[in-house]
Amino acid sequence: MIVGRAILKTPWLITFFIIEITACAIPDFQRDIRPILAGHCFKCHGPDKKTREADLRLDIPTEEASFVKLVERINHKNPNDIMPPPSAKKPLSEAQKQLLSEWVQAGAKYTDHWAFLTPKTVSLPKINQPEWARNEIDYFTLVHLEANGQAPTPKANRFKLIRRLSLDIIGLPPTPEEIRLFVEDTKPNAYERLVDRLLDRPEFGEHWALPWLDLARYADTNGYEKDRPRSIWPWRNWVINAINNDLPFDQFTVEQIAGDMLPKATQSQRIATGFHRNTMVNEEGGIDPLEFRFYAMVDRVNTTATTWLGLTLGCAQCHTHKFDPVPHRSYYEMMAFLNNSSEPELSLITPEQKAQQQSNESRIVTQLLKLPIDKAKYDTWIKTQKTNAVSWINIIPSKMKTSIGWLELLEDGSIFARGDTSKHDVYKFEFTNLPKNITSIRLEALPDERLPKGGPGRAYYEGPKGDFFLSEISLTSDGKPIEITSGSENYAKQWIGSSKPSAMAAADGDLQTGWSTSGREGKHSQAVWQLSEPLKTKTIKLQLDFSRHYSASLGRFRLSVTSQKIKPKAKELPGDIEKLLVQKEEDLDQKARNKLRLYYINTSKNTEVALAKIAKLQKKTPPSPTTLVMQERPEAHLRLTHRHHRGEFLSPREVVKPKVLPFLPPLEKDMPRNRLGFAYWLINPNNPLTSRVVVNRFWSALFGEGIVRTTDDFGYTGASPTHPELLDWLAIEFIRQGWSRKKILRLIVSSSTYRQNSQSSFRLSAEQIRDSVLKVSNLLNQKVGGQSVFPPQNKSIGEGIYGGGSWQTSSVADQYRRSLYTYRKRSMPFAMHNTFDAPSHETCIARREISNTPLQALTLLNDSFFLDASRTLGRWAAQQNNENAFIIDTLFQRCLTRRPSPMEQKAMLSFYKKTYGRFSNNKSEASKFAGASKGDVIKQASWTALARVILNTHEFITRN
Amino acid sequence: MKFSNHELAVRRLMRAPKTRREMLKQLGAGFGTIGLAGLIGEKTGFSSSLHGSSSPLAPKVPHFAPKAKRIIQLFMPGGPSQVDTFDHKPALKEHAGKRPSLVDRKTLRNTKNGLMPSPFGFKQYGQTGKWVSDIFPEVGKMVDDICFIHSMHTDIPEHAGAIMMMNLGHIQPNRPSLGSWLAYGLGSDSDNLPGFVAMSPRAQPRGKLANWGNSFLPGAYAGSYVNINSMKPDAVIADLKNANLNRNEQRKQADLLTKLNSEFLARREKDAQIEAGIEAMEMAFRMQFSVPDVFDVSKESKTTKDLYGDSEYAKGCLIARRLIERGVRTVQLSHSIDGYDIAWDTGHGDIKGGHARLAKACDQGISALLKDLKTRGLLDETLVVWGGEFGRAPTSEGKNGRDHDHYGFTMWMAGGGVKPGYSYGATDIFGCSAIENRVHVHDLHATILNQMGLDHEKLTYRYSGRDYRLTDVYGKVVKDIIA
Repeated sequence: MIVGRAILKTPWLITFFIIEITACAIPDFQRDIRPILAGHCFKCHGPDKKTREADLRLDIPTEEASFVKLVERINHKNPNDIMPPPSAKKPLSEAQKQLLSEWVQAGAKYTDHWAFLTPKTVSLPKINQPEWARNEIDYFTLVHLEANGQAPTPKANRFKLIRRLSLDIIGLPPTPEEIRLFVEDTKPNAYERLVDRLLDRPEFGEHWALPWLDLARYADTNGYEKDRPRSIWPWRNWVINAINNDLPFDQFTVEQIAGDMLPKATQSQRIATGFHRNTMVNEEGGIDPLEFRFYAMVDRVNTTATTWLGLTLGCAQCHTHKFDPVPHRSYYEMMAFLNNSSEPELSLITPEQKAQQQSNESRIVTQLLKLPIDKAKYDTWIKTQKTNAVSWINIIPSKMKTSIGWLELLEDGSIFARGDTSKHDVYKFEFTNLPKNITSIRLEALPDERLPKGGPGRAYYEGPKGDFFLSEISLTSDGKPIEITSGSENYAKQWIGSSKPSAMAAADGDLQTGWSTSGREGKHSQAVWQLSEPLKTKTIKLQLDFSRHYSASLGRFRLSVTSQKIKPKAKELPGDIEKLLVQKEEDLDQKARNKLRLYYINTSKNTEVALAKIAKLQKKTPPSPTTLVMQERPEAHLRLTHRHHRGEFLSPREVVKPKVLPFLPPLEKDMPRNRLGFAYWLINPNNPLTSRVVVNRFWSALFGEGIVRTTDDFGYTGASPTHPELLDWLAIEFIRQGWSRKKILRLIVSSSTYRQNSQSSFRLSAEQIRDSVLKVSNLLNQKVGGQSVFPPQNKSIGEGIYGGGSWQTSSVADQYRRSLYTYRKRSMPFAMHNTFDAPSHETCIARREISNTPLQALTLLNDSFFLDASRTLGRWAAQQNNENAFIIDTLFQRCLTRRPSPMEQKAMLSFYKKTYGRFSNNKSEASKFAGASKGDVIKQASWTALARVILNTHEFITRN
Repeated sequence: MKFSNHELAVRRLMRAPKTRREMLKQLGAGFGTIGLAGLIGEKTGFSSSLHGSSSPLAPKVPHFAPKAKRIIQLFMPGGPSQVDTFDHKPALKEHAGKRPSLVDRKTLRNTKNGLMPSPFGFKQYGQTGKWVSDIFPEVGKMVDDICFIHSMHTDIPEHAGAIMMMNLGHIQPNRPSLGSWLAYGLGSDSDNLPGFVAMSPRAQPRGKLANWGNSFLPGAYAGSYVNINSMKPDAVIADLKNANLNRNEQRKQADLLTKLNSEFLARREKDAQIEAGIEAMEMAFRMQFSVPDVFDVSKESKTTKDLYGDSEYAKGCLIARRLIERGVRTVQLSHSIDGYDIAWDTGHGDIKGGHARLAKACDQGISALLKDLKTRGLLDETLVVWGGEFGRAPTSEGKNGRDHDHYGFTMWMAGGGVKPGYSYGATDIFGCSAIENRVHVHDLHATILNQMGLDHEKLTYRYSGRDYRLTDVYGKVVKDIIA
């Protein structure tokens, strides 16, 4: 089919093909016919009404006459009449025409697509050699072999078995000690006990997390051009732990899709929702953030479909699926389930840490209040402030709304913005009961820890986090504008741009100019405007516009007015302090007095020295890690999902309601029509796809090919299962075993099928190769979990590549962590991983391509990482007090899990001796190659040379 | 480094294909020992590219006779201004400062200023009398060989997305690049060099390796990136050389390796993967010497060196010629100065200084490349494509700059079977929007593939259940510019 795929194919495929064509007399609709119809005919004669020609559908049974016609047309000689028309560029081969004709002759029978029918319990087939079968799996595989007149191959020897198992279960080759233990184990069930030992190892979770990370497109950066770092590694930890704890796959699913919506959701369940926060985020200025949010939603739908349903829904984003029965609208109905969350960052502070933090804070406050101050100075300060204090009245809108998100009134009279935000957010307010004769209006921009960088703004990309830009404030009464004549602000600074920010720039009718407080993130600022004359009416409308080339609206703010005649100016003094100063001293309670005193202590020059002392006493608690999570929005603020015409962001059409795909079992009645209900639907045992898709991926990981070869496509154009009964049996068994990953894996690797001598061989993944090197050279740091690390990278290509100095090589210990923990920068994948076919983690990958290239050879030969490992092995070998032949045996077995053959032994021994001879004549070369000047460098260099060769063998990077 | 996955080697080994019968016979020998593998069959049957019969980079038969065999893309990231380079608009002077409705369109930064005449003079060149800005005098001399497209337009006015559109046909970075599509569709004509080389001085164009990436196409089709600024011939490819080992020791170790691998191979019956692995290793060994050679321009004659001049971009142009001479299919040479990844974007604040510097840094190299290709008889079968991801507005931004303009911009091609001395399409009288014979980037891609002998609707790759194309579901070959 495809050149790239060809690399994966192994010769047996061809033999199988021969068996196929001789074995089939009547073409099978699902296996032989639908793929042809889907690939060549459905585009114009399929489910999509809009592109249907001649009112003919071939995806469902139609009248007999049409089929007679079909045979005639596909065989037509005239280019004007032949089907498919030459313009479609999808000509049928003679073999395909033949198949179609035979099928029509046999009555043109349609059957339902196997994958959309719930798996059926099947009885075990009869086999001639039941003694070969260790469990049910073997019945299903052997019956096929026997039908083809083939016999299974003998059982693999223990060396082979432990290497295979070890690489498959924990992703690492076994140590010499582990090999010895297993090979010399004479007690019964040695193999089974080995399986159990391996499944209990913490490395199991690390190894099996890897394909899940590929599906989830996990990375440590946001992707796109800016590709800035993100913190979501706690989600990766969650996956490793979940797999190690054998969290049942159904629960594993629900927590990742909708953990936040579970009753009393735990922190762990909320972390799990990071699965769909792994989408890319475009932080480029000038983009429309909503457009890229839409792309992220599209990615979530597609990823969910691939990961759980084995369906390629992508086509239906733009139009009704040409092959599979997925209407265009259904795509968005599925999106509607997933489309109602906000996407916050979760601080992983523990309750203990939180309590600690609070007690720290109150201790500091107590200390501050105890601080002796000069009473005279304090009284003077209070007096001055009181003289200047303005009596501001906090005004509460009777109505408020925004162009996209929503606003919430907080207890202190301030307003908090939630929901989505765009490059031009508009906040509209109505006030119906204003005090008389208002002369001025004040806007306080307030910090809030829920906002990026503590606010006050909502900017989260391009500009500084927490930034805002008020382009315009406008007031109207009865539809007539109320004129603003002057304004002031306590602080104004704008992040890039030539115009000068100020309160008045936000009242000049120009959206390009405005008020912004860049650099004061996490702090309070205010702006005050004066009206041309005292306001006569009690009812006004107020509008705030935030227009910038990135989202920059206010997150938390408070509006106040005053009728004071002397026009007030904006102050550094926060509004809530000023409010206390307006009140009579005797009316203030102790709390209020403390607040005033604290403010004075914290801001006055008179207390600077004492403050600095206290600051030193404060325990610096390290910031808690954060992770990206989903948080369902309240029902009152459901985000509407539209069908997008042609899949275009700018062409939203009718609103759609959450609905599951029409050809799959419906959502149960008592299930909520939201993300949680959808998650439960995915793992409902009636769902014919999820269990099949998941066990098929397990199978593929253990055998190199899935039972359904197209692990990502169980639709009409996907491959048919080679062993449909086996697939169904496994799918049902998986559910029966409580969706236990460990149990089903144990079952598969326990089969005779898996233990055969000649099983499929395939190249290890990039991560496995690197980890294997670390393991056999004893360099591996076995720490499980934690933040990503930066192993050294070859920089010989030039400075341009690792620009920005973002690749800060980790400390030595962290350089030797498992490759799973290597920092994943989407725009600059780790070079060694990239060379060995690891994806860039931008989209969901159900299966990696495997290629074979000179560059891989160059990496193995010359990369300093591999040289380091060879040197480590070389040093180790040089220290052995033993016969050379024995050292060679040990070194070889350590790397390849078997003893060398006599011929190999001879070749290596001769190589060692000759190399030793040459290095003896050139000590400086030896020293350079061994990277050492002490000890027996000639010996070290010679052993390093041999180790380098062994680490370069094809066998080392292959799993048999 | 994304030289990843060059299967240069494999195809030599894969001269194996023999006949289908021979192949089957050979495979049949292992029948009894196939084991479970034989159970998990595939049904699609005998593919033309059986594993073991051809490498992914083996030359392939195009859909029809190609006009061009190779392509050099002179990529100008950041957006060069059309009205200051090749799209002469005298009307700007007359209406300076005004903002006619024709140009009152939303730009990236929503600038609201009036028209700004080009700060550069324009002269007529060649027999065709083509008007070219004074900042491109050398390219000007070549206009009779050039086919200008003045009616380009693209989807968004933002760099990263528009650059992706120009190089991937999609605004997100998750699609294969043009060069990798060509490698997939045509294979490689070189057996010791990558089929697709991307180069730039210092700064990689915005979007970095997506610009030459393979995305979901097999890794063999990825481009290799070379930084021509810091370039040391040995450092063109990561790990090309082993600094700690002399060649003799390397050879000895390679020999033992081949021996051990052959042993392994012998035990495993026929395993084409291992054979390919052995060959790849041998190939890697040879590449250590062949790759540095091609990037070593010191061997060129003085006349040639003088022709190109000594700017970094010119060096890139000269290497581009050396590469395509040796069979490299696609060369993407991105412009940059001062290490800026969207160099032409200095146009926001300063057209006069910025554009003049940028043009000066590439003018002679580009002109020399065209002359050199012509002299050597290579221009006919080499398609040269010049342009950025979008253009710049005829109105001003600030005092002396121009904002992005994706409504209309100019690109040009030369050689490779396009009409020489020809101008196609037009923007409005102020140069803002393409109005006549509009050419979308998808159309440009369709045309490029067409010149290379590929039908853009047929060049598909099945991924994630869908047949993907460079041109998605769009694109029309611009027949009028084909010679």
